[in-house]
Amino acid sequence: MSISLFDISKNFGAFSALNHINLEVPEGELVALLGPSGCGKTTLLRIIAGLEHTDKGRVVINGQDKTDQNVSHRGIGFVFQHYALFRHMTVFENVAFGLRVKPRSIRPSNELITKKVHALLELVQLDWLHNRYPDQLSGGQRQRIALARALAVEPSVLLLDEPFGALDASVRKDLRQWLRNLHHELNVTSIFVTHDQEEAMEVASQVVVLNHGRIEQQGTPSQIYDHPANAFVSRFIGQTNVFDLDEHDADWLQTAGLLTPKQGEKIAHVRPHDIIIEKSIDNATPLATLKDWQHLGALIRIELVKNNLNGLSDASVFAELPNDKFKELDLARGDKVNLKIRQAHWFH
Amino acid sequence: MTSITIQPQHKDKIVAQQQALQDPNWVRWGLIFIALSFITLFICGPLFLVIYQALSKGLTAYWTALSEPDTLSAIKLSFFVALVTVPLNTVFGVTAAWAITRFDFKGKSLLTTLIDLPFSVSPVISGLIFVLLFGAQGWFGEWLVEHDIKIIFAVPGIILATLFITFPFVARQLIPLMQEMGNQEEEAALSLGASGWKAFWAVTIPNIKWALLYGVLLCNARAMGEFGAVSVVSGHIRGMTNTLPLHVEVSYNDYDVVGAFASASILAALAIVTLILKTILEWKQAKR
Repeated sequence: MSISLFDISKNFGAFSALNHINLEVPEGELVALLGPSGCGKTTLLRIIAGLEHTDKGRVVINGQDKTDQNVSHRGIGFVFQHYALFRHMTVFENVAFGLRVKPRSIRPSNELITKKVHALLELVQLDWLHNRYPDQLSGGQRQRIALARALAVEPSVLLLDEPFGALDASVRKDLRQWLRNLHHELNVTSIFVTHDQEEAMEVASQVVVLNHGRIEQQGTPSQIYDHPANAFVSRFIGQTNVFDLDEHDADWLQTAGLLTPKQGEKIAHVRPHDIIIEKSIDNATPLATLKDWQHLGALIRIELVKNNLNGLSDASVFAELPNDKFKELDLARGDKVNLKIRQAHWFH
Repeated sequence: MTSITIQPQHKDKIVAQQQALQDPNWVRWGLIFIALSFITLFICGPLFLVIYQALSKGLTAYWTALSEPDTLSAIKLSFFVALVTVPLNTVFGVTAAWAITRFDFKGKSLLTTLIDLPFSVSPVISGLIFVLLFGAQGWFGEWLVEHDIKIIFAVPGIILATLFITFPFVARQLIPLMQEMGNQEEEAALSLGASGWKAFWAVTIPNIKWALLYGVLLCNARAMGEFGAVSVVSGHIRGMTNTLPLHVEVSYNDYDVVGAFASASILAALAIVTLILKTILEWKQAKR
């Protein structure tokens, strides 16, 4: 089901958490609400769920205005960062809860509940744990159970609040992929909140970047990465070199002809992989020196500093090269290099 | 000391840590001795004396003292007062704890402080407040006399005073626990379609039940054992407004040693039962 938000605003005392948010989530999408902590992303999710009231604006789910509807009638599934499993109930009872509290007239029979719960537990691959209690499970298992519990009521939309935030790095990686696959399988419109841009890019089909209670940009991961709408998005998504050509430590890039300001925009954001490095053979005009490099797995991150007449300047330029390319260049610390800039994003 | 730091074995490390925390033997045994003798002198001693005095003239005299109509009526009244006040304060306590831990409102810290008021005010003063309110010369005194309602020197006064005194027990047990638990489980229940009422019974109550029972137990013990506040409002009418603790006093003042101590032995037994249940509940809570 689609979700539409119209002009949502929310204040906590004098603090404005959300500012005139308009958002359209088409049916079947897996959307990430991405932003630094305190940007209002969790508040927005809780407003969609009905766990928080909005001061202004409307929440429309599948064409129906749900703004004034209680959370228990909205038909949403909510997954909490810290799982919020019912600690006194077994895994089975946790998942069955949503079915058992239905009004008697539409409550499924006990056999039906049993069948459905086991089917859901199989879906999250944890049926073998059905008679355990939450405190006997690992974090990853708990979050999968929490997801199964939310799915039991066949929600029209699924809302996940930092679903992997409390998990170990390795478990998080696995679960991201798993959530993506699960979404492909179920195709229920989902929104998840995260502060981790990598996670948002990896899992979501649409990313909404929030900052200070406003939407900075909405788009597919590649749109966001390749065409950042503003300096904040560009900085927040992925690594980037920021060169302000008016500043003394970056104007050499213009002098050397590497960057040309575009229509008065003087601040260039350059992704590390858009910097091309060439080993300087003739020592006539080497621009920079390789100060340091780090092994990031498939990539090598290189720190370059500009050659000055009186030694090296402080401002560093970061470049990233594939591992094999780096070996080909055969560079060592202290080598003189030339560089080129493939492309830059320009901002005021 | 020197050999400990050199060897990096795990066992030695533990020894080293313990050493740092350990006092000399004479301090240890000294403290244990002081604690034990204090308990013996001030707790076990009086308890023994109660039982000894109650049985000083034999079992028959003990039973006769207990089966006297005034004693029986005092026992009945004490149980009746507990039966009325404990459920009421359970409801009040849960309500207050819920309000304090789940909502943000002005005057919340004031309410939290007020809950402790019965603990910080002398019970005699608490009783006196009710006399000033409902006594013949009190604020509502005339109105009550006109409508022929008796509160002071009657059972309603005793119940009011006991309610006041025992109010904090349940709330004080629940507030820290509910603060620690947060409300995410309840939010989860609501998001799954449960009504607020259903979420409360299916999620909140099971989570707080041991702490709640613990609070109820302490509340009950105090309701049955309260002396000061009840003494002020009761009027000490034998067979009518004497609770068990008051009956002990009245009997003792009448030089009815066996009667006084027989009644006291019931209160002592109640205390012991409470203590045992308390231990069990603490153990259950720790296991949670």
